[in-house]
Amino acid sequence: MNSVSSVADTAAGPVSTGPVARVGGNPFRFLTTLRPGDILAIAPFILFALLFLVMPTLGLVVGAFQDANGNFTFDNILQLGGPQIVASFWISIRVSAASAVLGALIGLAIAMAIIRGRLPEFIRSSVMTFSGVASNFAGIPLAFAFLATLGRLGLVTVLFKTLFGFDLTRSFNILSFWGLTVTYLYFQIPLMILIIAPAIDGLKKEWSEAAATLGATRFQFWRHVGFPVLWPNLLGTLSLLFANAFGAIATAYALTGSSLNIVPILLYAQIRGDVLHNPGLGAALALGMIVITALANVIYLVVRTRAERWLK
Amino acid sequence: MKQGKLWSWVIFILGALYFLVPLYATFDFSLHIRRDHLSFDAYANVLNDPRFQAAFSYSLIIGAAAIVVGLLLVVPAAYYVRLRAPHLRPIIEFITLLPLIIPAIILVFGYIRMYNTSSLIPLLGTNFGSDVLLTLAYVALALPYMYRAVDTGLRTIDVQTLTEAANILGANQATIIARVIFPNIIVAVLSGAFLTLAIVIGEFTIASLLNRQVFGVYMQNVGANRAYEPSALAVISFVITWGAMGMIQLLARFAPKTARLD
Amino acid sequence: MAEEFLRIDKLVKSFGGIPVVKGVDLGFNKGEFVSLLGPSGCGKTTILRMIAGFERPDSGRIVVEGNDIAHLQPNQRKIGMVFQAYALFPNMNVAENVGFGLKIAGMPRPQREARVEEMLKLIGLSGYDKRFPFELSGGQQQRVALARALAPSPRMLLLDEPLSALDAKIRVSLREQIREIQRELGITTVFVTHDQEEALSISDRIVVLNAGSVEQFGQPFEIYNRPQTKFVATFVGQLNTLNATVANAGQKTVTVGGATVTIPSLPATLRDGEAVALTMRPEAVSLADGATRDIVLDGKVAEVHFLGSVIRLKVDLGDNAISLDTFNDQRTPPPPHGAPVRIGIASSDVLVLGN
Ligand SMILES: Nc1ncnc2c1ncn2[C@@H]1O[C@H](COP(=O)(O)OP(=O)(O)OP(=O)(O)O)[C@@H](O)[C@H]1O
Ligand SMILES: [Mg+2]
Repeated sequence: MNSVSSVADTAAGPVSTGPVARVGGNPFRFLTTLRPGDILAIAPFILFALLFLVMPTLGLVVGAFQDANGNFTFDNILQLGGPQIVASFWISIRVSAASAVLGALIGLAIAMAIIRGRLPEFIRSSVMTFSGVASNFAGIPLAFAFLATLGRLGLVTVLFKTLFGFDLTRSFNILSFWGLTVTYLYFQIPLMILIIAPAIDGLKKEWSEAAATLGATRFQFWRHVGFPVLWPNLLGTLSLLFANAFGAIATAYALTGSSLNIVPILLYAQIRGDVLHNPGLGAALALGMIVITALANVIYLVVRTRAERWLK
Repeated sequence: MKQGKLWSWVIFILGALYFLVPLYATFDFSLHIRRDHLSFDAYANVLNDPRFQAAFSYSLIIGAAAIVVGLLLVVPAAYYVRLRAPHLRPIIEFITLLPLIIPAIILVFGYIRMYNTSSLIPLLGTNFGSDVLLTLAYVALALPYMYRAVDTGLRTIDVQTLTEAANILGANQATIIARVIFPNIIVAVLSGAFLTLAIVIGEFTIASLLNRQVFGVYMQNVGANRAYEPSALAVISFVITWGAMGMIQLLARFAPKTARLD
Repeated sequence: MAEEFLRIDKLVKSFGGIPVVKGVDLGFNKGEFVSLLGPSGCGKTTILRMIAGFERPDSGRIVVEGNDIAHLQPNQRKIGMVFQAYALFPNMNVAENVGFGLKIAGMPRPQREARVEEMLKLIGLSGYDKRFPFELSGGQQQRVALARALAPSPRMLLLDEPLSALDAKIRVSLREQIREIQRELGITTVFVTHDQEEALSISDRIVVLNAGSVEQFGQPFEIYNRPQTKFVATFVGQLNTLNATVANAGQKTVTVGGATVTIPSLPATLRDGEAVALTMRPEAVSLADGATRDIVLDGKVAEVHFLGSVIRLKVDLGDNAISLDTFNDQRTPPPPHGAPVRIGIASSDVLVLGN
C-alpha cells in the first residue's frame, strides 16, 4: 500500500513546495553546460523514473482508451458507469472521505492538545514519536490488530459482552464501511498530527497576544486568526489523507477479503483474474484512480504553497 | 484557562486509548492460543514455520537490495541537483513525489502490462527478473523518503565548499562523492534506509501481484487460515516498525546540528 | 506632580524560583513617554507583559487611573501593544489588521473604514490598505502594527523593542515618527529598549533597570548628567575614570596627577588617603590652556577617532587613560598620534560614584 506516512517531514520541506509553483525558466539550459560526470550522475535516476514510474502509468492511461485489438475507443471509459464499478467508487470515496475528515479533525484536536494544551513536554514528544511509528504501521498487520480488538472474538467485543451484556457486533461490524474507516484512522490520525504539528507551532504566540490586547477573546482569536491561518494546511492535509486512503488496499484486503468492494480491491481482483472480463476496463479503472488521487494531491500541493507564502 | 487544560487531558487520554487498546488487544489475543493458559506458542509457531523464515529473509534481502539501488540512484542525483543544476530541482522533486501520487496498485498494474512475458523487456518471464522488478518497485515506493532524507543530509553540510576543497586537492567527481560527501551524509542515508525498510518489510500489494512470497504475502496467508498467529505477526510487525523508526530517532541525535532551516 | 496615570507598586515576579523583577516602584503621568532601558535579561519585557496582563505578578500592584487592574484579562485592559516581531495577522491585509480591534469592539463598517483610513494616514501608509503583511518591508509592517494598536484608542501604549528588528536608518526615522504620533495623540506610552541613544532621544523620562531593580528614574538630561549609580553612569553614555587619592575628605580635596584639587561632589564618607575614582563624560574634558580648568593633566595622544562633527581623542596620562571629545574645527587639524597634549577638566563636572 501507498503509505504516505513520513511525508510528515516532507510536507514541511522543499519537496512539497516546488513542483507546482516553481517550474519555470528553461529546464533544458543545463544541456549546454553538461559534463560527462553530470550525465552519469543524473541519467540513471531519470531512466529509472521513466521506466518504473512514468511509462507504466502512461501505459495504463493509453490502455484505458484501447480495445482488445489496440484500437482507440471510449468504450472502457463509458463502462466505468456500470453499477458494480460506480458502487466501488462510491464506497471508496466514502471511506476515504470519512477517514480523511475524521482523521483530520481528531488529529487536529490531539495536536492542539499536546502543543497548546499545556500538557507536560514529554507527552508531546512521545506522541510525535508514536505518530511516526503508527503512520507507518499499516497494511496487513493493522487489519490483524483491529480484528483482535473489534472482531467477533476481539478484546473490546468480548469485554462489552461480559461487562455490559452488550453484543457489539450487532451494531458494529468491523467488515463494514465504519469498520474500515475506524481502522484507517489508525494511520490517518498520526499522519495528520505529523503534518499539522509544525503548522500549529507556526502560529506565533504574539498573534494571540496581539489579538488579546485588541480586545479579542480566545474564541475570537481562533475564529479570525488561528483557524484561517491553519485553514490552507487543513485543507491540503485533508486531500493528502484522502489520497492516502483511496490508494490503500492491503488493510482492507486483509480485513474484509473482498466483501467490501473498494476500487483498489476490485482492481486487484481484475489484475489477478480479469473479473470484469475486459482488460481495457481494468486500465480505465486504474485511470479513474489516478485521476482522483492526482486531483487530491494537486489540491494538497497548491494549497500548501499558498499557505507557505503567508507564513514567511 | 484551567478548563482548557482539562480538555487537553481528555482528548489526549481518549486518543491514547484508541491507539493503545488495539496494541494491547493484539498482544493479549496472541497469548491465548492455548485454551487453559497464556503462552507464547503462537510466536513459536510462526517463528518455527519454514515458510515464515523463507518469506522474512526474502523480504529482508529485497529490502536491502532496494536500499542499495535506491542510494545508488538518489545520492548522485541529489548531489548533482544541489551542486550543479539547482534549476532542475523542481523537476527532480516532482519525480520523487510521483510515488505518493500514483498508488502502488496502479504502479504494479502498469509493470505487469509493461514487463510481461510477451513484452519488449520480459522481466516477469523469469524468477530472477521478477525479483529485480520487485526490488525496483520498492525503490520507487521508497523514493520520496529516500530522496528527502539524502537531500536534507546534503543541505546540512556545505556541499559547495567541500567539493571545492576536494577539487583543489585533485580528487575527481567520483572520489568526491565516495570519500567526502558520503561520510558526511551517512546519518541521513541510514535514516532513509531504515524508513525504506519500514515501508517495504510488510508490503503486500505489489509482491502479491508479482507472485513473490514476501513477508506481507505470508502474513496475508496466515491471516486467512489461522486464528492466533496473525496477532503474533501483527505484534512482530509493530516491533519491527517501532525498531526502524526508533533507529531513525536515534540517528537524528547524531545528525549534524547545523542548518536546520527547513 | 499631578495625579499619576499608571502606578506600579512593589512589583515582584520570579520564574521557576529565580527572581526576575525585584520590587519595582514606578509612577507615570498621563501623556508621558517613558522608556524602560536596561541590558538584556534585566526584566523589561516581563514588566511590560505584567502591565499588559500576560504575566501575573507574584506580588505588588499595577494601578491605572486609580484602579487596580490585576483582575482584568489582557483583552479587558484597553492597552495597545506593539511587538518586536511585528506580529501582524498574516491572513489579513493592512486594512483588516488595523481594523481588527474595531471589529472586535463591534464598530459598524463605515465608521471602521473611516478610522482605518485615518490611522493609515497617520502612519503615512495611505493606499496600502489592500497589501498583505508579506508584501511589506519590516519598517512598514511595524508602522501597521502601531496603527493597529492605536486604532481602538487604547488608554495606554506598550512597545517592546519595536525597532530592534529594523536597520539603523529606518530605526532612527521610525522612532521619530513614533514619538511624533505619540505627542499628537497624547497617549501614555511605555517603550522598552536596550539602546541608550534611542531612550535618550525620544523619552520624556527613562527608567534604567538592572537585574530586576530600578537604578534610576528621571529625565534624559538627569540620567545622563547626574547618574546616581555607577551602573547608570556606565550603561548610559561613555565614561572616563581617573584614579585619585583623597587628600582631605572634610575639605573635599583629592590629589590627582600631582596636583590637589577640590571636588564638590566628593562624598563625605571617604577617609583621607583612600583611593577614589573620579569619573567624567568625554565631552567634559577639553584640550586646555590650564588657566580655565581646575584639573590640568599632561599626556600623549594615543588614538584619534575622527567622527565628523566630533573628534574623539584618547589621551595616555601614564597611569590613567582618558577619552575626550572636541568639536571639529575646520581651520585646525586634530593633534597627531603621539603629540604631547595638556587636558583640562572642570572639577564641577567630576562625578564620584558609589557602587
Ligand atoms: N516565561 C519565562 N519562563 C522562564 N524564564 C523567563 C520567562 N520569561 C522571561 N524569563 C527570564 O526572565 C529574565 C528577564 O526576561 P525579560 O524578557 O523580561 O528580559 P528583557 O529585559 O526583556 O531582555 P531583552 O532585552 O533580552 O528582551 C530573563 O533571564 C529570562 O530568561
Ligand atoms: Mg525583552
